[in-house]
Amino acid sequence: MTQSTRRLLLAGTGALALALVASPVSAQKKYDEGATDTEIKIGNTNPYSGNASAYGTIGKAIDAYFKMVNEQGGINGRKINFITYDDGYAPPKTVEMVRKLVEEDKVLFVFQTLGTPPNTAIQKYLNGKKVPQLFVATGASKWGHYKENPWTMGFQPDYVTESIIYAKHILANVKDPKIGVLMQNDDYGKDYFNGFKQGLGKDADKLIVQLATYEVTDPTVDSQMIQLKNSGANVFFNITTPKFAAQAIKKAAEIGWKPAHYINNVSASIGAVMKPAGYENAQDIITAYYVKDPTDAQFQNDKDVVEWKAFMQKYYPTGNLIDSSNAYAYAVSSLLHVVLKQCGDDLTRENVMKQAANIKNVQLPMVLEGIKANTSPTDFYPIQSVRLARFKGEKWDLFGEIISNESSTQ
Amino acid sequence: MATTTTANGIAAVRRMSLGQGRWVWALVVVLALLPIIGGKTGLISNYGFLQLSLMIVYAIAVLGLNILTGFNGQISLGHGAFFAVGAYTSAVLIDQANWPFWATLPLAAIMCFVVGYLFGLPALRLEGHYLALATFALAVAVPQILKYRHFEWFTHGVQGINIFKPDPPFGLPLSGDQWMYLVVLAVAVLMFWIARNLLDSRTGRAMMAIRDHSMAAGTMGINVAHYKTVVFGISALYTGVAGALHAIIFEFVAPDSFRFELSIAILVGAVVGGIASLPGAVIGGVFVQVIEKYADALTKKITTAVHLPIDLEPWTIYGIALIVLMYTMPMGIAGGLAVLWRRLKRS
Repeated sequence: MTQSTRRLLLAGTGALALALVASPVSAQKKYDEGATDTEIKIGNTNPYSGNASAYGTIGKAIDAYFKMVNEQGGINGRKINFITYDDGYAPPKTVEMVRKLVEEDKVLFVFQTLGTPPNTAIQKYLNGKKVPQLFVATGASKWGHYKENPWTMGFQPDYVTESIIYAKHILANVKDPKIGVLMQNDDYGKDYFNGFKQGLGKDADKLIVQLATYEVTDPTVDSQMIQLKNSGANVFFNITTPKFAAQAIKKAAEIGWKPAHYINNVSASIGAVMKPAGYENAQDIITAYYVKDPTDAQFQNDKDVVEWKAFMQKYYPTGNLIDSSNAYAYAVSSLLHVVLKQCGDDLTRENVMKQAANIKNVQLPMVLEGIKANTSPTDFYPIQSVRLARFKGEKWDLFGEIISNESSTQ
Repeated sequence: MATTTTANGIAAVRRMSLGQGRWVWALVVVLALLPIIGGKTGLISNYGFLQLSLMIVYAIAVLGLNILTGFNGQISLGHGAFFAVGAYTSAVLIDQANWPFWATLPLAAIMCFVVGYLFGLPALRLEGHYLALATFALAVAVPQILKYRHFEWFTHGVQGINIFKPDPPFGLPLSGDQWMYLVVLAVAVLMFWIARNLLDSRTGRAMMAIRDHSMAAGTMGINVAHYKTVVFGISALYTGVAGALHAIIFEFVAPDSFRFELSIAILVGAVVGGIASLPGAVIGGVFVQVIEKYADALTKKITTAVHLPIDLEPWTIYGIALIVLMYTMPMGIAGGLAVLWRRLKRS
C-alpha cells in the first residue's frame, strides 16, 4: 500500500465517520406528503359563493397572511403554498374538494375549513386518512374530542362554553327570565342551544318559553321574530349567522320588542351585523368577545390593530377593514405560524399534530390581551376564554373579568 | 315537424348503436381495464377514479330521465328527488343496519320504483307543464323532508350521513376507489343492457307510441294509464340506483347534495346528451359531472387569461356552452354526432 492510497483510505474513513455523525442531523428532516425542503402545502375550503359567502373573506385573508410570510422568507426557510377551494358551504362539495386536496394536490394537512356542517362531513375521512384537520373555523364543542378524532382540532372558544356563560349571566342579572331563542337549525345552532340549556340548569325547559328555528337557506327570519315577541319573552338569545343576526336585530326594533338581547359571538361583528342592523337598534346587546373588532373605537391606537391595518393595506387591499372576520383570520393564521415554526424540519403529519397539541401560553395578535392560546395532548381547545361586552354607541364595551371555560373536558 | 326530426334522429342513433354494438363492448372492456392500466401506472389517481365513477353514476340517472322524457314523453323536473331517495335508502341501511353495500342496491331500486309509481298515479292527471311543475315541487320538497325533525334519528338532519367505502374483496390488488369504479361500471352496463332490451321490445314500442300520440296509442289497445305509471316507476328506479351508487362511492349523503339544481342538472344532461338516445345518456352523464365541477374553474381561468375587465359569474361559461349547443345540435350531442356521421358517409 503506497503512502497516497493509505492517506486516501484514511481520508475516506474520516469522511465516513463524519457522514455517520452528520447523518442523524439529516435524518431529522422528515417529510410526509405535502412538505419538502422548499415548500409546505396547506389545503383549505371556504364559502366563496352561496349563502354563507360573507365568510369567504377569511380564506382570502389567510391567503394574504401567507403571502406576507412568504415574502419575509417563509417558515424555517420553506414557502407556504396555501390552496383554497370554494365549497359554497355545501357539505357534499366540501367532501369532494377535500378529497381533491388530499389525493390530487397532496397537501400536508387542511387548515381552517369553514363551517360546522362542512367540517362534520370531512372529519371521518380525514381522521381515517390520518390527515390533520387543524383549527377548523367553527366553535362546535365536538372539535376538541381528541380521543375519537385525534386528527381534528378546533380554535375558537367552543359554543357550549360560550352559551353557558350567557346562561349564567342571565340567571344572575335578569329577574324572572322568560327566554326566547332564535336558532339556526343545524349542528352549530344545536350546540349553542344544548350548552345554553346546560347552563340554565334543570329549570331550562320552563325558562325557555319559545324556540324558533330557521334554515340557512331561508330568505328572512321575520316570522320567527314575530313568533318570539308574541311568546312574551323578556330575554332573547340570538343564535344566528351574520345575515340573519342583522335581520333579527332590525326586526325586533321594528316590531317594538325590547328584550335583554344576547347574541352569539359568531355575529358580533360591528361591520357585518351591527351597522347594517342600525346602531340605534343594537344598543345594549350582550356578547362574548375574544377577537379585537378593528372597528371598535377603543382599539384605534392599539398596536395589534395598527399592524393588522398595515398588513391589510399591503397584502389584501380589497379586503374590508370593518369586517372582523379578517382580524380573526389574522389571529388563527398566526397560531398556525407558531405551530409550523415549532415543527422545525420534522414536517410529518404526526409531528404537525403533536406540535398543534403543544401550544403554551401564546398571546396571538388581534386576540384580547390576557386571552392566551393553550393546548396539550388532552386539550384540543386552543382558546377557551372570553370577556363579556355590551354594545354602546358604536362599539363593544367590555365588562367583567376574563371568563375561562371549565366545561368542555372530555 | 319536430317529431319527425326526433324520430329521424332516434332512427339514426339506433342504426349507429346496433351497427356498432361491437364497438360498445370494446369500449366497456377498455373502461374495465382502466384500473389496471391507469391505476398501476399512476396515470389516474384515486380521485380520478372517483370522478369517472361519478360520470357513470350520472349517466345512469340521465338514462332514467331519458326513459321517461325521451321515450315516453313525460316531463320531469324532479328526478333529483328519486336520486335522493335512492341515496338515503342505501346510506341509512348501511349506517343503521350495517347492510353490505351491494345488498342495498336492489332495495333502493325497489323503494324508488314504488315511490315513482305512487307519484306517477296522481301525476297521470297532469299533462305537460303541469306535470313538470308537480315534479319540480317534489324536488324542492325532498331536501326539506330529509331535514324534518322527526326523521332526524335516521337521516341525521342537515349533517347528513357518513359511510365508509367498502374495501375490495378477496384481497384484490385494487384501491377502494378503483374497486367501486368497477362495481359502478358493471351496474351501469347491466342497467343500459336492460334499458336497451326494454326499449326494443313491445313494451318499448308502446311507450314510444304513447309519446308520439297517446290517443292513437289508446285506440290501438295500449293501456295508456298503466304504461305511464309503470314507466314513471322504472324511470325513478334507474335514477334511484344511481343515487344509491352515488352515496356509496361518495361515502356521504346530506340534504344539500340533492337540491333542486340536481334535478335541473339531470334534465340538462339528458337534453344535451341527446334525448331519446342511449349513447346520449352516457354523454349527458359526462356532461353533468364535467360541467358541474369545472364550469367554475374554467370561468376563472378565462377571466385571468384574457384579462377581462369584468368579473364573470361562475356559471357564465355554462350558460354560453348550453346556448351554443342547443343552437348547433338541437338533438343533443348524440343526435348531432349521428347526423354528422351520416353526412360524412354520404360524401
